[in-house]
Amino acid sequence: MCVALTKMSVDTLLNDPRMKQFIEAETQKQRFQVLVQNLTNKCWDSCMDRPASKMDSKTESCLLNCVNRFIDSSNYIVRRLDKQSGVSQVSELE
Amino acid sequence: MDFGSSSPSSAGMDSHQRDNIMGQVKQQVAVMQVQQLLESMTDKCFKKCVTSPGSSLGSAEQKCLAMCMDRYLDCMNVVTQAYSSRLQKEMS
Repeated sequence: MCVALTKMSVDTLLNDPRMKQFIEAETQKQRFQVLVQNLTNKCWDSCMDRPASKMDSKTESCLLNCVNRFIDSSNYIVRRLDKQSGVSQVSELE
Repeated sequence: MDFGSSSPSSAGMDSHQRDNIMGQVKQQVAVMQVQQLLESMTDKCFKKCVTSPGSSLGSAEQKCLAMCMDRYLDCMNVVTQAYSSRLQKEMS
């Protein structure tokens, strides 16, 4: 199975348009997966009490809030940094 | 990426080779994801269920671990859904 890989140069791989498309799609999927894994761990820590035989609705809504507030926080930080760098550029000009 | 300079032979990777490599990549990604899940799950559930490690893993601890594993997967499913629906909202 590995023979195919060793016989072929990386150049050949990366120059194949369909292979390129495949690698991009896989990278995107992997990025999503890593984010989900990180978020799961963060929100587990802030929402999960002792594990019960069923997930209750309180925990579920905590998880929903956790995910959405995390994204809000990320967006807020990006926007604020953006605004600050804009302001500092203006004050530099004055 | 410079497509223009690639020789005709390199542009035409045959579909068998391509499928072979794609299959290998997919398999390796799947293995990695399972390892990642196992690592996180073990970490989280050990913390919740084995608070004071004794001379053996007790039946109460095993029960707790079993429930914890199920809840961890539930948690991951809720997070996946919440995150992807939020992504869709942000994109539109």
